[in-house]
Amino acid sequence: MSQAEALAAPPALYTPHAAPRATDAAVELRLKSLHYGDFRAVRDVNLTIRRNAVTALIGPSGCGKSTVLRCINRMNDLVRGFRLDGEVRFRGRDIYDKAVDPVAVRRAIGMVFQQPNPFAMSVARNVTFGLKLNGVRDHLNERVEQALRGAALWDEVKDHLNKSALSLSGGQQQRLCIARAIATQPEVILMDEPCSAIDPIATLKIEELMTALKAKYTIVIVTHNLQQARRVADDTAFLYVDRSAGGRTGYLVESGPTAEFFANPREKPTQDYVAGAFG
Amino acid sequence: MIAHDEPRARPAAADLNWGLGHRRTLLSAALTVVAGAMTVAAMVPLLSVLAMLIYRGGQRLTPQLFLALPPAAGMEGGGVGNALVGTLLMVAIATALSVPFGVLAAVFLAEFGPETRLAGAVRFVAKVLSGLPSVLAGLFAYAAVVLATGTYSALAGGAALAVLMLPTVLLTAEQALKAVPRRMREAAVGMGCTPTQAVWHVVLPAALPGVLTGVMLAVARAAGETAPLLFTALFSDYWLTRNPMSPTPSLAVLIFDFSSSPFRNQVEVAWAASLVLVALVMLTNVAARTWAARSAPK
Ligand SMILES: Nc1ncnc2c1ncn2[C@@H]1O[C@H](COP(=O)(O)OP(=O)(O)OP(=O)(O)O)[C@@H](O)[C@H]1O
Ligand SMILES: [Mg+2]
Repeated sequence: MSQAEALAAPPALYTPHAAPRATDAAVELRLKSLHYGDFRAVRDVNLTIRRNAVTALIGPSGCGKSTVLRCINRMNDLVRGFRLDGEVRFRGRDIYDKAVDPVAVRRAIGMVFQQPNPFAMSVARNVTFGLKLNGVRDHLNERVEQALRGAALWDEVKDHLNKSALSLSGGQQQRLCIARAIATQPEVILMDEPCSAIDPIATLKIEELMTALKAKYTIVIVTHNLQQARRVADDTAFLYVDRSAGGRTGYLVESGPTAEFFANPREKPTQDYVAGAFG
Repeated sequence: MIAHDEPRARPAAADLNWGLGHRRTLLSAALTVVAGAMTVAAMVPLLSVLAMLIYRGGQRLTPQLFLALPPAAGMEGGGVGNALVGTLLMVAIATALSVPFGVLAAVFLAEFGPETRLAGAVRFVAKVLSGLPSVLAGLFAYAAVVLATGTYSALAGGAALAVLMLPTVLLTAEQALKAVPRRMREAAVGMGCTPTQAVWHVVLPAALPGVLTGVMLAVARAAGETAPLLFTALFSDYWLTRNPMSPTPSLAVLIFDFSSSPFRNQVEVAWAASLVLVALVMLTNVAARTWAARSAPK
């Protein structure tokens, strides 16, 4: 069944993709190196992202968290001069394979950006945008409501569905972006510091949301906030910058279940980073 | 070295007083006055032309002006009805020809191949073309359309104006597209848009006000052009016929003809036609601005 067919089958608006199994891998990163032109930004990231779990990427600024995240749905294809050496395995195949269409990848792996970026359209049309792209034209009202409820935004906007999305507050805009991403029922949702541009109360809402959403989706989040990683993430991966040989190359230091990761970091850089952040 | 830890005398509250006694205040006030005076001075040419047009052309601003044909030499009365229709028709043809080409070319320049050789070449040519004397645009349309079809026509006039409009439409549309924030593009692509869908559904709508401004600038220029119409559309003293392939009147050519006429009546009609032309340009401008402001994201 194609994705469009799967989406077109009401009334089960959310079809679980697979029975959640704790060890089931949604995405596997086998990255040898990522280059911007001649600059090697990231090396050696081997990471398994579990299905129906929240995985957090943490690390100091410039260590390549966004770069790694944007590899997972081929957003880096937009950057001229970007090169990837390695593999990103999704549904049993390498999404950087020549035969793979990046557009199809992005429809299965949605993204929420650091700056809320709703389209300059009404609230409702923001949510139906992706549905229409996928050829879904029936039950739009129900789907809009379902997506907005899923993003914990319905009660705040249900009377203003035709208002411009740009008139919402920053936190509401960010939840609208989440609603927009989940409306098409992707398998994986990538979030790049989704709370950095919004206030603490909205942040709390989005954190609760992530915990709720993982029943249906696999979530990967980049965050600068270690407390946040502790609160929402099932797994945590730490990237650090290698300054040897004059470069500034990010690499994966270690990863593991969040509780264990924070309780007993194995590597020295992780210990320092976690200790520094928590004083 | 400045010693930061030396105790300083506590500044007096009087230091906060406003007064022209301070050099900075005096300078600032003087510059404000100069800038204001320059602004007023800049409006003098425009306002005096407008005042002149209203004064000389206003008396003939009657329904007859829009309904009657131009007066023959030595005759009284008459109007510019056919010339107004001809101008509207030719500007419409020019817009229909130049906007699709210009906007799609701008999409290529801004979105698909901004650094390609082709893009560099197109930009260069457009910039040269935008400085082209308008007579040459007429010459081009004369060779390409009039000679090919064997007749002066609205189509030839429209083609000449389109050549003049194209660079303005193209270059302003490119700038407008480039000004769309990167995050809008990322949002579209992140939703799974193909590059074409991203441009069509997200980037182009966001750039629409800027694109429209460029089109309006081009329309305003084209509506007033005389030289390229003289040997493409020519003129006609009659109403437009069903056949578009025949000489077509325009306000600009009428003004050109009548303003140097020895007959007082024809000179008066030329003034009235100028007023109509300016009003037309201003109206399209205001309409486009209103529309752009309304369609801009709030
Ligand atoms: N488009 C680009 N072109 C060139 N270099 C880039 C580009 N994007 C990122 N880089 C470089 O790649 C490295 C990693 O950047 P990245 O944005 O992935 O870091 P990050 O961990 O997300 O940082 P932050 O926490 O500040 O967001 C940095 O050295 C950065 O300068
Ligand atoms: Mg980042």
